[in-house]
Amino acid sequence: MTDAVDTRRSYLAEVYVSLKPGINDPQGLAIRDGLRSLGYAGVEAVRAGKYLRVTLAADSSDDAHAQVTRMCDQLLTNPVMETYEISITALNDH
Amino acid sequence: MTLTITPEALREVALTQSEYDQIVELLGRAPTAVELGMFGAMWSEHCGYKNSRPLLKHFPTSGSRVLQGPGENAGAVDIGDGLAVVFKIESHNHPSAVEPYEGAATGVGGIVRDIFTMGARPVALLNSLRFGPLDRQRNQYLFGGVVGGIGGYGNCLGIPTVGGDIYFDEKYNGNPLVNAMCVGIVEHDKIMRAKASGIGNLVVLVGADTGRDGIHGATFASVENPEESHRGVVQVGNPFLEKLLLEACLEALEIEGVVAMQDLGAAGLTSSIVECASKGEVGIEIDVQRVSRRESGMSAYEVMLSESQERMLIIVTEEALPELRAIFERWDLHSDVIGTVTDDGNVRILDGGEIVANVPASLYTDECPVYIREGIESAAIVEARERDLSDVTDLASDAIGDTLLRLLASHNICSREPVVRTYDHTIMSNTVTPPLDADAAVVRVKGTNKAIAIKTDCNPRYVYLDPHLGGQHAVAEAARNVSCTGAEPLALTNCLNFGSPEKPDGYFQLQQAVLGMAEAAEALGTPVISGNVSLYNESGDEAILPTPTVGVVGLIEDVNQRAGMAPTNGSVLILLGTQEATLGASEYLSVVHGLVAGSPPALDLTVEHNVQSLVRSLIGVGLVTAAHDTSEGGLLVALAEMLIASESGATVELQQVLDANAGRLDRTCFGEAASRVIVATSAGNADAVIQRAQQSGVPAVRLGTVGGDALELDVAESVAVTTMKRKWESGLKVGR
Amino acid sequence: MRFGVVIFPGSNGDHDALKSVELGLQEEVVPIWHKDTSIDNCDALLIPGGFTYGDYLRAGAIARFSPIMEAVTEFAERGGPILGICNGFQILTEAGLLPGALAKNSELTFRCDWIHVRVESDRTPFTATLDPGTVLRLPIAHGQGRYVVSESQLAELEANDQIVFRYTDSQGIEHDDYNPNGSTAHIAGVCNERGNVVGLMPHPERAYDALIGGDEGLKILRSVVDAGLSTVRA
Repeated sequence: MTDAVDTRRSYLAEVYVSLKPGINDPQGLAIRDGLRSLGYAGVEAVRAGKYLRVTLAADSSDDAHAQVTRMCDQLLTNPVMETYEISITALNDH
Repeated sequence: MTLTITPEALREVALTQSEYDQIVELLGRAPTAVELGMFGAMWSEHCGYKNSRPLLKHFPTSGSRVLQGPGENAGAVDIGDGLAVVFKIESHNHPSAVEPYEGAATGVGGIVRDIFTMGARPVALLNSLRFGPLDRQRNQYLFGGVVGGIGGYGNCLGIPTVGGDIYFDEKYNGNPLVNAMCVGIVEHDKIMRAKASGIGNLVVLVGADTGRDGIHGATFASVENPEESHRGVVQVGNPFLEKLLLEACLEALEIEGVVAMQDLGAAGLTSSIVECASKGEVGIEIDVQRVSRRESGMSAYEVMLSESQERMLIIVTEEALPELRAIFERWDLHSDVIGTVTDDGNVRILDGGEIVANVPASLYTDECPVYIREGIESAAIVEARERDLSDVTDLASDAIGDTLLRLLASHNICSREPVVRTYDHTIMSNTVTPPLDADAAVVRVKGTNKAIAIKTDCNPRYVYLDPHLGGQHAVAEAARNVSCTGAEPLALTNCLNFGSPEKPDGYFQLQQAVLGMAEAAEALGTPVISGNVSLYNESGDEAILPTPTVGVVGLIEDVNQRAGMAPTNGSVLILLGTQEATLGASEYLSVVHGLVAGSPPALDLTVEHNVQSLVRSLIGVGLVTAAHDTSEGGLLVALAEMLIASESGATVELQQVLDANAGRLDRTCFGEAASRVIVATSAGNADAVIQRAQQSGVPAVRLGTVGGDALELDVAESVAVTTMKRKWESGLKVGR
Repeated sequence: MRFGVVIFPGSNGDHDALKSVELGLQEEVVPIWHKDTSIDNCDALLIPGGFTYGDYLRAGAIARFSPIMEAVTEFAERGGPILGICNGFQILTEAGLLPGALAKNSELTFRCDWIHVRVESDRTPFTATLDPGTVLRLPIAHGQGRYVVSESQLAELEANDQIVFRYTDSQGIEHDDYNPNGSTAHIAGVCNERGNVVGLMPHPERAYDALIGGDEGLKILRSVVDAGLSTVRA
């Protein structure tokens, strides 16, 4: 039995997860106050989120985006409280 | 500004047309938009107790030790030495169904504020949880989230979580229950109340900025379709801020000029201001422009109904304001003077220069409608209860061992250690008995020789099959667990988790359960000093099992006179109390036969009282060294639990119990009964224990002796303790 | 001996730190507020556990910038005895007063339990009166207690006798099963090069009375009293 040829490429998906607007962000508040107490009086607001880097095989950039969107909806984010942005880059062929 | 009232507008505030008409009549005009929102919040079941108030009147609420009964943020009970315990249990069910971690976390936050707002330092947390079966992923998710939230918030606050109970049943699918209990200690003369007073005194808001969190949270909890009516954003707790608030408020209570304190919970500013004014029979005027916001563009309506967490309301004299402010600054807490106490009895809300609400406080509270409905029991449930169980095939002797192991691993019986170990139970250096070591949590009272024992309990299947009897059981069992540590039960708090009271069968459950609880509370001398109601826990047409959670606090005068559940090698095991057990409503019947049927065990409250009294006195004089009551899984499971705790086996004879149960092995081994406790005593004291029991009119049966490494039974094959332990420990897995 | 307990916003182990010294050791102990700029003539400092600043961003990351830390650092440089417990340990690593860092427990959940540690070094004020090899039963309660340090740093710690406590079973034997959080080399506590600053994840200040589970924590606290003030040996 021969292996099927894998025509898929590697992509890097960068996922920026943030709290939905209006949701209380205790972490952000504490970091803001911490910065201010260090002397950065001009800091108005801090919102803390998560940054994930997912490397995956996909047929195309659109396919990669679609896959990662599903990942976000299923696991990577909490849809009740969080929203996300995805940025896709093609990696070198291997 | 008047409103044309539409069905949508009414739905948003969860009021009926007739309630709206009542408001118009009381005001002599149509309410403004803000007033309508405030009525919606104050007249919700959660705040107004529309359906439950006439029933709650049945509860005994006074007693020689009661310093504060229902009506304040929490109840207070004297424990001697000039000290009082302050405690309450409260639900956060609907938010936990939407976002389990934050729902549970903010539930803990809310109950803790209810305690320190009374001037008491919180010393213990417990939680009573109900979920659908864990084979469903959604339930695993809810379970993991809730447990995570409780630990996340409680651990950060530095209050030990010392006990609780968890139960799984189909009927909680979609409607998990999260009831959080907090106990605090305060000196009698330092108890703070929420009665505003002093015309001209200032109204101060301290803590978090106000955002759009949980708007309509109170009404959301009072309707059947929460997803539809939930308008605000999910509440996210900040336990760090709450810790600062806790310390600052306890310091602030020392100030002479601080006359009242009220936390902001359900319905936020609306309920705290109305409660303070109403209790003090004064008026309060505030300007929402002076409330510090987290979000821009918030309307007065939103500010009044926001349920942003970690906020407290303080009534203080003008002279004392600088001192109060200094404390808040020390703790880096933001505070604003938002209004004053007036003499006209009205709650008046200004938005800048404009009056947007102006209503006598009593209209929100005293004039809240009350509904007395007719309860009709569901025919299906009657049929289930009256089902003849004599056709159930008895267990064969060689099946007993396997059945025991199966029950030990089942979700309503197995070890809760995977959950318990994620909660800090050692902080504050007061925990005498770690969770799982005794029937109730035992927490010492520093500065005295005393300790308090605390337990939450409710067997919802009993309440489902017979609400009146089940209500009695809920109180009896919680008190019995406390008595098994040697503590005298002093008082109770309760959370009534039920379906819709607007359905006759739902109302029947609520009504009968409350009546049963009241009878038991009276008979056992445990007045109800606080509580909470959570109705409308249904999805689709399916209501949850009626779940009146009871939290009992007891007192051990000398902490050295206490008992855990692990007997020592060589002790004699004696069964005290009821010998006749039933299959009806039992965990065995459900797990092994797939049946939810039959009547819960009979309960004679006088017998219950006598058994508990006897157990306490035996522990008090040192005759009994371990005690454990029998509950789900019956006698054999209770024995197994004791042996697993002590890691030793026992040789046990059940012939006498078998005879009392018509020769049926299933009833003997796994049938359930009330007023039944297994005690351990030294070989030399066994006769004395039995004699004392006889003197008290309590049946006593010698079961056997602790020793070896297996449970050796006369009616079945032996079961190794290590096997029982392994099965029991492997039951629960907490997902995240 | 006068102990000082440094209290930050969000500290919650201060109550037990104060009580363990007051009730367990019967020595003088005073609270020190994070905004203070002096350590108020204390002979030894306890940096207690808790969730300072909610553990937001990183545990101990914000607390290390509190005004009091300057005086604490200066005290450390003078050779003063400092014991950082749990979050206190985290704060000291973030402040650079102790090597290494504390990461999330390998099983990813908070864990409260009674465990055993073995004393590895008696050159610190808090272990001077304990024989190396002594096993102590103490409670832990943390979600972020996994001690991490690079291989080369680990070699340095071992060479300099900076590992003070390791997780073991009740007989003092190291084993993965008895390492509650996955710490490198089963490390439960370390000291600085000089040996006067010690950090550990377990809570000696919660083990000062058999009634609440055990009193072996007193051995650590009492050591600094019995050994006297100038106990730092090379």
